[in-house]
Amino acid sequence: MNLKPETLSKIDEVITHYPTKRSATLPLLHLIQEDVGHLPPDTSEWVAAKLELQPINVLEVITFYPMFRQKPIGRRHIKVCRTLSCALLGGYKTCATFEQEFHTHLGEVSPDGEVTVDFVECLASCGTAPVVMIDDELHEKVDCAKAKQLSDQIKAEAQKR
Amino acid sequence: MIAPAKPDLVTVNIDGQEIAVPKGTNVIEAARLVNVDVPHYCYHPKLSVVGNCRMCLIEMGMPAVDPATKAPIMDPATGKQKINWIPRPQIGCGTNVSPGLHVKTISPMVKDAREGVMEFLLINHPLDCPICDQAGECKLQEQATGYGRGYSRFVEQKNVKPKRTQLGPRVTLDDERCILCSRCIRFSKEIAKDDVLGFVDRGSYSTLTCYPGKKLENNYSLNTVDICPVGALTSTDFRFKMRVWFLKQTNVIDTESSVGANTVVWSREGTIYRITPRRNDEVNDTWLADSARVLYKAVKAADRLAATETIEALVARAAALFKSTPGAIAIVGSARSTVEEQFFTRHLATALKASAHLVSRVGQGDKLLISADRNPNVRGALVTGLIKTLPAQQLTDLAAQIDAGKIKAVVAINEDLAAAGLTAAQLAKVSIVYLGAHANATSAAAKVVFPTLTVFEKSGTFVNQQFRIQKTLKAVPAAAGATDDLVVLAQLVAAAGGAALPAELGSLWKVIAAEVPALATMTFANLPETGLVLDATPYAALPFVEGETLHYKPAQPAVAAATA
Repeated sequence: MNLKPETLSKIDEVITHYPTKRSATLPLLHLIQEDVGHLPPDTSEWVAAKLELQPINVLEVITFYPMFRQKPIGRRHIKVCRTLSCALLGGYKTCATFEQEFHTHLGEVSPDGEVTVDFVECLASCGTAPVVMIDDELHEKVDCAKAKQLSDQIKAEAQKR
Repeated sequence: MIAPAKPDLVTVNIDGQEIAVPKGTNVIEAARLVNVDVPHYCYHPKLSVVGNCRMCLIEMGMPAVDPATKAPIMDPATGKQKINWIPRPQIGCGTNVSPGLHVKTISPMVKDAREGVMEFLLINHPLDCPICDQAGECKLQEQATGYGRGYSRFVEQKNVKPKRTQLGPRVTLDDERCILCSRCIRFSKEIAKDDVLGFVDRGSYSTLTCYPGKKLENNYSLNTVDICPVGALTSTDFRFKMRVWFLKQTNVIDTESSVGANTVVWSREGTIYRITPRRNDEVNDTWLADSARVLYKAVKAADRLAATETIEALVARAAALFKSTPGAIAIVGSARSTVEEQFFTRHLATALKASAHLVSRVGQGDKLLISADRNPNVRGALVTGLIKTLPAQQLTDLAAQIDAGKIKAVVAINEDLAAAGLTAAQLAKVSIVYLGAHANATSAAAKVVFPTLTVFEKSGTFVNQQFRIQKTLKAVPAAAGATDDLVVLAQLVAAAGGAALPAELGSLWKVIAAEVPALATMTFANLPETGLVLDATPYAALPFVEGETLHYKPAQPAVAAATA
């Protein structure tokens, strides 16, 4: 595990928040994912050693939550809502547009390494469906045209880099 | 009004039967006491309660009392106190008894609950009972018959999961059969202290797995197979070998250490197929070490000895040998022999006026079911008077006597003298009479060899580290060309000029009871299944090697006790 010094200090601090070390499993996993971008294979063992657990106890947690990623993702994470309101108002088409724009499939890193598109459960903005989250930013009423526009924007930013 | 019968007992009513049970008993165990079966999968009496299978749902209620006055509310129809039934089923495993608790295990609600749980459990369970090793001893199979709805409404696709994962060297996992009871996970964590199993991908695809890169390879891994209520965890050794209903079960004692774990030997037509633990809450609970389960392979081992002469001819040769070396005979008895054989060995030593030696085997105890003393019956030798002090690891005394020419013949019973420290030259110096089941350096050097039996081919008793005398029974017939140790020893005693002793256990125990004060009240037939604890006080000063194991704490050293 190659974590930043500030992540390590946050980890040591967050462990003190709980009466038993085991309770810090989820916060630790979040911190590692924020730092690395995903949870590398040795996460279970590292966290287990840190919290005096067995690696299998941590692996059980990691595999339960879909939001813990065990593989690297693209530079940006595009999460398209698939739940009812968004689905009714064209969420599936929005999702397909992103996939076509970046020549990728759900859950995979696009060939240019720029994005990973995921079709996720409710993003809690049903009134402005269909919605898309790109990293931590919510985009509302994303129809195919707006999806294309967002994709172009991402590509343009990638060009500049 | 139901009053507790004793302070620590709680009276409960299960399906109309009243019973007083100890505080802290759960409903499943209380129901067992009145012969009511509460079906369950995840609950195991020796593991923590998790309540995740939901099969043990029961209806429960408490006697009604007036909230204000606390006076019992009577039911005018029956004249008894009214019972307030909880309108939803409760889990029996997680419900401890409380005074006056009423339980219904037969009611429409319970029936519905069981059928519902069974239906869910069977959704993803493959219908491969015809090729499944668990068939015949499968809780899912039994309870689907007993409590299921009888037909399936499931028309969707079943989950596909790994079919033959090697969890370790001895355990194979079929994940499709797993009903996610988590017994194996709790066993590994709580008893074996090797927490490597867990559920990953929890949800519709929950999968039992071992942590990648680790293995379920501790010496207790096969207990997970025993406690698996379905055919998910199977023994790699026993897999696809034999249908369990064809097998005969015999109660035997594990001889790998002085713990004396209780086992069941499963055999058919003289062949042993597997060994499983037998519950004894005072000795091994429901567990058994993996190493104890392969001991049966010694029965059909390639190095088994077989007689080429009749036993009479062999005894005659031994008798001639005894006559030619009067007063220069030593006996090496065994702490692996049964109490009866040790009793005979003592008689042989007396008849030959020979000194008796024993060989100790000390290893590392695992604090669970393998003690430091790898001899199963050192205490038997003490009780029968064969030895007075604990045996030494090496036969240095005997070696010195042989070198000095004081000993010209050795009777070795079940012990390899070479392994106990005698050199080939020393073995060559003496005439050896060997009794044993397997070939070794001693049998090769011996003048007379009596092929005898393994523990699975004979009945007898062993005294374990708790001074508990336990019975082992003959599981399979004697191998061809081998004779019961007792028969051989009885004839040798007679040949040495000793008293005639019966080799049949029933008559023999009358002799033993008459001669050994500690066993005076015992007979082989009335020895309880769980064994009988003998008085250990005469031996309190001996420095036994055992450390702490399950249900055994070494006694305080005599010195410490005196100063305390």
